[in-house]
Amino acid sequence: MTRLFAIIPTVFGVLLLTFMLVHLIPGDPVEVMLGESATAADRIQLRAGLGLDHPLPQQFFDYLEKLSHGDFGISVHGHAPISGLLAERFPATLCLAWLSLSLAVMLGLPLGIVAALNHDHWLDRLTTSLSLTLSAMPHFWLGPLLMLVFALWLGWLPVSGMESAHAIVLPALTLASGLTAILTRMTRSSLLEVLNEDFVRTARAKGLPERTVILRHALRAALLPVITVLGLQLGSLLAGAVVTETVFGWEGIGRLLVESIDKRDYPVTQACVLVIALTYVLVNLVTDLLYSRIDPRIRFSE
Amino acid sequence: MRFSCAILLFWIGAALASPWLGLRPDEIHLEKILAGPDVHAWLGYDDLGRDLLARLLTGAGVSLTVALTVTVFALTLGVLLGLCGGYFGGWWDRLLVQIMNVFLAFPGILLAIAFAAVLGPGLVNLILALCVTSWVGYARLTRAQALSLRGRQHVLAAQVLGASTARILLRHMLPLMAAPLLVELTFGIASLVIAEASLSFLGLGIQAPQASWGAMLRDGVRYLLVAPHFVLTVGLSLMSLVLAVNMLGDYLRDLWDVKS
Repeated sequence: MTRLFAIIPTVFGVLLLTFMLVHLIPGDPVEVMLGESATAADRIQLRAGLGLDHPLPQQFFDYLEKLSHGDFGISVHGHAPISGLLAERFPATLCLAWLSLSLAVMLGLPLGIVAALNHDHWLDRLTTSLSLTLSAMPHFWLGPLLMLVFALWLGWLPVSGMESAHAIVLPALTLASGLTAILTRMTRSSLLEVLNEDFVRTARAKGLPERTVILRHALRAALLPVITVLGLQLGSLLAGAVVTETVFGWEGIGRLLVESIDKRDYPVTQACVLVIALTYVLVNLVTDLLYSRIDPRIRFSE
Repeated sequence: MRFSCAILLFWIGAALASPWLGLRPDEIHLEKILAGPDVHAWLGYDDLGRDLLARLLTGAGVSLTVALTVTVFALTLGVLLGLCGGYFGGWWDRLLVQIMNVFLAFPGILLAIAFAAVLGPGLVNLILALCVTSWVGYARLTRAQALSLRGRQHVLAAQVLGASTARILLRHMLPLMAAPLLVELTFGIASLVIAEASLSFLGLGIQAPQASWGAMLRDGVRYLLVAPHFVLTVGLSLMSLVLAVNMLGDYLRDLWDVKS
């Protein structure tokens, strides 16, 4: 419960900061959003629509009140309710992020385990340099590279878009790259540390098969810190989706964010940033709670 | 280690030397659009027929300038706030923690994207957006270090001897944090290079015709099908720099035995 209350000021701060975004625009936000060619009537209408003619505290209060009804406002270009746009785009991002997370876990954990069990062997060096290289590859470089190899040269997968079911593979792989690298490194170092613990020696000494020692005794303890990292990194998947979706033309919330910035549709930008940040806060909270459920040291001390 | 230092030195050298090499990164050769390497341009030409190598070297300068400028500002601000928060504690520390939590609630470069979006594109706004978001890492680290150092014997001794607060913070505590801060700084520079390129890639950073790796990658991806050499050279350069800085960070971390 204390954890739940602890995030209230954070959420309030996030709301305040996203609210302030529109007011950080140098000059008149209405002028910036509509451009030079807009008529005076349009400007007055938009100013009133955004509530910019009210004093700041009241604007913030109105913003919060609308948000509590799930009302994110109306987009400046297209005049559609933003909540509709988000509902349309967000599932695609969640789908992509979820698949990337699963891919990263399926690749990163075994790689890390293999590296730790073969410490200082060439297998260890290979996985370590692989994860180093992956972590130095930003999405806008790995994405095109994968496109070149798998879509153009091999012709196995579509270049971009969302038409076929296969289209998710390349963006998901791209998005998973950084997380895979981190998971590999974390699993490796955490497992290496645990393998030196007394309880592992005890398990070995009482004659358990090596398989059981690793899988039931060492790995369970080693995976605890990995879970925290996983929670923290799910947020970076959401942020990474902004670039990845742009590279692959994936119609998710990240793409929506970039489109809205290009069109200077700041209410949409604001809403996207808010939704991504709140999702991140929520995921971290869940990880935190989950962690204290899993870790017996915390579970029994409470 | 030697290898990554060599790569790093190469890019720093390129960045420092590029203004004096007589490069013409903005010179357009219309007949050479997207052409492969030749004697005049060792890495080929971009979508406007400009020398890729010249733009790559100039772009290295832009990348490193942005990364270093932001690091200096973010480090100063972060260390100051973190030191005060960790050492003094109290309401000021609680406020700092709350503010840091708000900034940390925005994953990755999301907040920098948001700031760059509302401030508008350009070099100065790019630096501003990255500064606003990257002080938090240093502040958090410094605060944690200060918290664990403020009860140490030598700090208490300095207090009893009547040393001024500034002296205690800067002479008795800061030097002990140098190792973790330098490791953090190394990784920070690598992620700033990526962040700058990401923002420029999204069209929020450095604007044409100024050369920047992110903007070059953006153009390169557009002509991926016609001229793969364009994307490949820029991407490999970026990767080599980031990899070298990260390896340096790993080396320093192991050398000074800093816990991540």
